Amino acid sequence: MPSGDHGHDHSDVPSDLALRVKALESLLVEKGLVDPAALDVLIDTYETKVGPRNGAKVVARAWSDPAYKMRLLSAGGKAIAELGFKGRQGEDMVVLENTDTTHNMVVCTLCSCYPWPVLGLPPVWYKAAPYRARAVRDPRGVLKDFGVTLPENVEIRVWDSTAELRYLVLPQRPPGTEAMSEENLAALVTRDSMIGTGLAKTPGQGEAT
Amino acid sequence: MNGAHDLGGMDGFGPVDPDPNQPVFHAEWERRVFAMTVASGFLGRWNIDMSRYARESMDPAEYLATSYYEHWLHGLETLLDEQGLVTREELAARKAELSRETP
Repeated sequence: MPSGDHGHDHSDVPSDLALRVKALESLLVEKGLVDPAALDVLIDTYETKVGPRNGAKVVARAWSDPAYKMRLLSAGGKAIAELGFKGRQGEDMVVLENTDTTHNMVVCTLCSCYPWPVLGLPPVWYKAAPYRARAVRDPRGVLKDFGVTLPENVEIRVWDSTAELRYLVLPQRPPGTEAMSEENLAALVTRDSMIGTGLAKTPGQGEAT
Repeated sequence: MNGAHDLGGMDGFGPVDPDPNQPVFHAEWERRVFAMTVASGFLGRWNIDMSRYARESMDPAEYLATSYYEHWLHGLETLLDEQGLVTREELAARKAELSRETP
């Protein structure tokens, strides 16, 4: 992209930056302030283990178990912890239910607050200026960028996250899924559907990413 | 605190690029910055508000021209310097050393 890219093309990262990072790590390790093995564990955890499949399990459980759904909507963090998902950047969770008349969408205009335990680390677009700037001003336009058009009578509510409070959207259960198992339902739940920039997939639309 | 990070409602940033194939990290230095930031947080020398402030007090023009993990790096360097754990002078000296080793 020639303009408005804000430096997100990392293909030619200035070696100066890599050097700056290397210098910092070598000093932190030398002073005993961080353990290099712990750094590797953190990277592996958030690159390969914690991610939106966690949130998909929460959503599928809520779709399948009305009592769980009630607990999830009244005390999000506690209900999410029932499935074993807790920890940093997810201490206080509010779950927002999408309905025929209300669509919820989550942003962090000031930085990138995001519910790590259920969604992992945020995608690039969530952290970048265009989404943060426009989500609160023109949510329908933003949804269009994601290929989503909602009927005019659906109210869109945009929730601005804070350092203390994180949101998870409970997307609508797609039609034609009444007989599906919880596991198969989870495969329909996309990351974007839990941020509110997408909808859950319908059966036959392929695997969620 | 307002500033360049306070983007809500601003015009002119263009459309969102929802590319679903973006990796979690784009380069090794991003991985290291992420992990060093989280691990250094465990030292208990600052809280989340202090680390937010350290990122958000970046020069506004620089903030808008740099990527996400560069904001984190700036924040971490600032906090470590403020706490006297790793000073800017130490960092500059180590960087110079490393650059002599690996031209």
